[in-house]
Amino acid sequence: MGHTMIEKIIAHNVGREVNPGDIVTVDVDYVMLDDIMMPFIVSKFKEMGFTKVWDPEKVVIICDHLVPASQVDDTRAYHISCDFAAEQGIKNLHRSDGICHQLMTEAGYVKPGHVVFGTDSHTTTYGCVGAFSSGIGYTEMASILGTGQLWIRVPSTIKVNITGNMPSNVMSKDVILKVIGDLTAAGATYKALEFTGDTVENMSVSSRMTMTNMAIEAGAKCGLFAPDEKTAEYCDIELDDFQKNLKGDDDAVYERVINYKAEDFVPVMAVPSNVDHCVPISEIGDVKVDQVFLGSCTNGRLEDLMAAAEILKGKKIAPFVRFIVTPASRKVYTEALKNGTLDILLEAGADITHPSCGLCCGRTGGILTDGEVVVATNNRNFLGRMGTNKVNIYLASPRSAAMSALTGKISAAM
Amino acid sequence: MGMTIAEKIIARASGNKVVKANDICTVELDLLMSNDGTTHITVDKYNALKHPRIADTSKLVWIVDHNLPSDSVKTAASHKKMRDFAKEHGITYYEGEGVCHQVMMEKHVCPGQLIFGADSHTCAYGALGAFGTGVGNTDYLYAMVTGTSWVLVPETLRFNLKGKLPEGVYARDLILTIIGMISANGANYKAMEFGGEGLASIDMAGRISICNLCVEAGAKTALMEVDETAMDYLREHGREPVECFAPDDDAVYAKVYDIDLSSIKPIVAKPHFVDNVVPAEEAFGTHIDEAFLGSCNNGRIEDLRIGAEILKGRKVNPDVRFLVVPSSRDVYKQAMREGLLEIFMEAGAIVMNPNCSVCWGACQGVIGEGETLISTGTRNFKGRCGHRESFVYLASAATVTASAIKGEIITADRL
Amino acid sequence: MEKFTGKVWVMGDDIDTDIILPTEYLVFKTIDEMKPYAFSPLRQDIAKDIKPGDIIVAGNNFGCGSSREQAPEVVKALGVKCVIAKSFARIFFRNAINNGLLLIENENLADDVKEGDEITVTINEKIEYKDKEYPIVSLPDNLVEILDAGGLVKAMRRRNGIMD
Repeated sequence: MGHTMIEKIIAHNVGREVNPGDIVTVDVDYVMLDDIMMPFIVSKFKEMGFTKVWDPEKVVIICDHLVPASQVDDTRAYHISCDFAAEQGIKNLHRSDGICHQLMTEAGYVKPGHVVFGTDSHTTTYGCVGAFSSGIGYTEMASILGTGQLWIRVPSTIKVNITGNMPSNVMSKDVILKVIGDLTAAGATYKALEFTGDTVENMSVSSRMTMTNMAIEAGAKCGLFAPDEKTAEYCDIELDDFQKNLKGDDDAVYERVINYKAEDFVPVMAVPSNVDHCVPISEIGDVKVDQVFLGSCTNGRLEDLMAAAEILKGKKIAPFVRFIVTPASRKVYTEALKNGTLDILLEAGADITHPSCGLCCGRTGGILTDGEVVVATNNRNFLGRMGTNKVNIYLASPRSAAMSALTGKISAAM
Repeated sequence: MGMTIAEKIIARASGNKVVKANDICTVELDLLMSNDGTTHITVDKYNALKHPRIADTSKLVWIVDHNLPSDSVKTAASHKKMRDFAKEHGITYYEGEGVCHQVMMEKHVCPGQLIFGADSHTCAYGALGAFGTGVGNTDYLYAMVTGTSWVLVPETLRFNLKGKLPEGVYARDLILTIIGMISANGANYKAMEFGGEGLASIDMAGRISICNLCVEAGAKTALMEVDETAMDYLREHGREPVECFAPDDDAVYAKVYDIDLSSIKPIVAKPHFVDNVVPAEEAFGTHIDEAFLGSCNNGRIEDLRIGAEILKGRKVNPDVRFLVVPSSRDVYKQAMREGLLEIFMEAGAIVMNPNCSVCWGACQGVIGEGETLISTGTRNFKGRCGHRESFVYLASAATVTASAIKGEIITADRL
Repeated sequence: MEKFTGKVWVMGDDIDTDIILPTEYLVFKTIDEMKPYAFSPLRQDIAKDIKPGDIIVAGNNFGCGSSREQAPEVVKALGVKCVIAKSFARIFFRNAINNGLLLIENENLADDVKEGDEITVTINEKIEYKDKEYPIVSLPDNLVEILDAGGLVKAMRRRNGIMD
């Protein structure tokens, strides 16, 4: 009998066939540790009685949530990160290079078929290159640092099959918001999401990244795309035999298969205050916008910035609207600078910040107050995430976000 | 008897032919600048008035620059109050355009004006021959409602500059030297007037830097003679002067200092006072955690060029967080187009949107317990840039950049 | 089987980790400092009112959102005896077990129970509310092992030869 992608990755890792529900112990290829969790990871690691990490080359520490420091104690986590890296001989330390999930793939760590855990829920992102990656807490991270292993339950899989051509004003963000809306926020809990079909095959790795990044918002353990030529190019590798065959078998058993026609997608937003409150923008009505946020590990990549720039070229955003652009990484920033994208955004009235988590993690970068409306390209619109619990957060694609900045009200991209 | 520049501007603003030091005059204000540090308080006080009205809305300029992008729920609420008020009353309003004093210099200040700003570094406007002075929000509110205020005509300290700053020495070193010389209250209540043939060799960026920092000697205002350099700057920014004032030959000064620019050396102000200055080499070897190139004092294109020139082909020390914060949107754009931002980013710096940043100790680059910052900002007071137990050294753009590369305090020529 | 009775706090569906503990407070040094802010976006002062031994009863997907382990730790620190929900988000579930916070899945209780009422829980067996009983499904063995050890830290200490 055939297997799904996640079953194949785990089987490859543990060296035997596995099926959903099996509890197995995997060897971990990479771990990602982010600054905000570092103080707790390190203290748990020591408390457990460990002294050395199992393999310093497989550990990546990334400062992104608290960069640049916005409050008096923020650099504490930074120093703990640097000190731990020095003490353990961890060379993979990024102190101001961008958002963890962007760097894990962009900087060449994660490869198709890898098993990766991170202390951030959006670790699901790396499924964009066909890796099994998932978020965990700091205690489990500490235990992996000591042992190199973690127990997991092999998840069952929901296949999301999309075929056809997407309308030009629809981005992969609209697709994943719609999928989450249909599945609901808990619809994929404990399960893997596998994205298939010619529509996703035609997507760039960046676009796929938006979708795997948000798999967690349906509760999923991971989201997966089969590696292909685009993946190989992005990862700068030749796919080996295992990686080439890393796709769900025709006779694999899926818990559920959901089919979409790409032509049916329309620009949508997740309206306050749940990610699965997905509404076509045409049905949202007249909502005035106070701020627009373009950035995050979901949609802060070059193609996202360029999509916004295409709409804003030669134009100015609406008066009194703040438009905050936070590129996902140093590389994205530099590329957008070199190809003129930042210039267009700046001329349009954007405030461009250094690459980091910024507003998405709600510590700085454009915090809002009661009654304000923000259209944001990130992954969560939870109550209080970007300020008070009376801030209204609408999640949107970069195109729709740019259009909303331009008009000053919630608008769909043309 | 002759008048100083400060006296002439107050005479004009008060409708008097002659005023002299220590007179109290009622003046009509030309511009009223306020930023998000305190405007929300002004709005509250305004709304508490019985019959509130604004004397002349066109004179008000409100600028959000201190906590930008907003870094807390409290900030968001005060920004909203300020923004809504500005919108309702049609007040000139900037958010994201840059640090208030830089935006004022780029877009509003004209020679001969008398300007109140609800920020102590308003004295920067003297670089264009305008009398700018910092006030609290109650004074600001009175001026906003009546269009007028009272001022005590300040005595003036005159600084005659001669010669030229040596290579690798900047206006920033000059003003820190002067503050060290006269001390942190050496110009209390007074105006500091700069002139002499040496002034011509200092560019506008340097002049703004000098005037901006005069409040750190306690000065009420700083003033410079308006020459070709100033006129060029003004015209490049599409403005004409109100009236250019030069001091009379027989003007009366409280004290006159002759400063030979060629004698100035790179300097560092040590924690925790701006007048705690030493020759830079005395601070050499001091470990730093963070370096800051920016602020209304040193975040202009000229400063970024100095930094980029030193950084080109080098890397920021991995143990240093090097924040580069252009002082305005125009500066940011210019730096981007000249390739400076690329140099900073590729060298590992953190490049932020124009705002006050760590100079104000908020939003970005806030330093932690026991950390040391070397900064081109305005102040090194205890706790100003973060934790109560942290340390701030002030230096020029060149020294700050060189230190960011080395990981400890050093001047560029010794890298 | 261990049996306990506690006062109930009722919460809805999708109680996310930003509600359980907003990001603002994540950098505090200790869980104790974070405690007063638990659930603050939902109800400002609820953390003050929750007493040791109380029980939270919620709807679907409790703990969805981020991987922040401060969320289950802060709930435990408030003295909450257990959380009973229709379902739990995956990462929260693991984190809670790893910290010895008892989670119980039950489909029906949340629809019946009123805030302030008392319920009685018999571990691995049943919940009693008024005159009704609600069965509890027991946990898989590997999780029971972690719980038995008193959480993952203790389990690892034992593995590393440190006997507490």
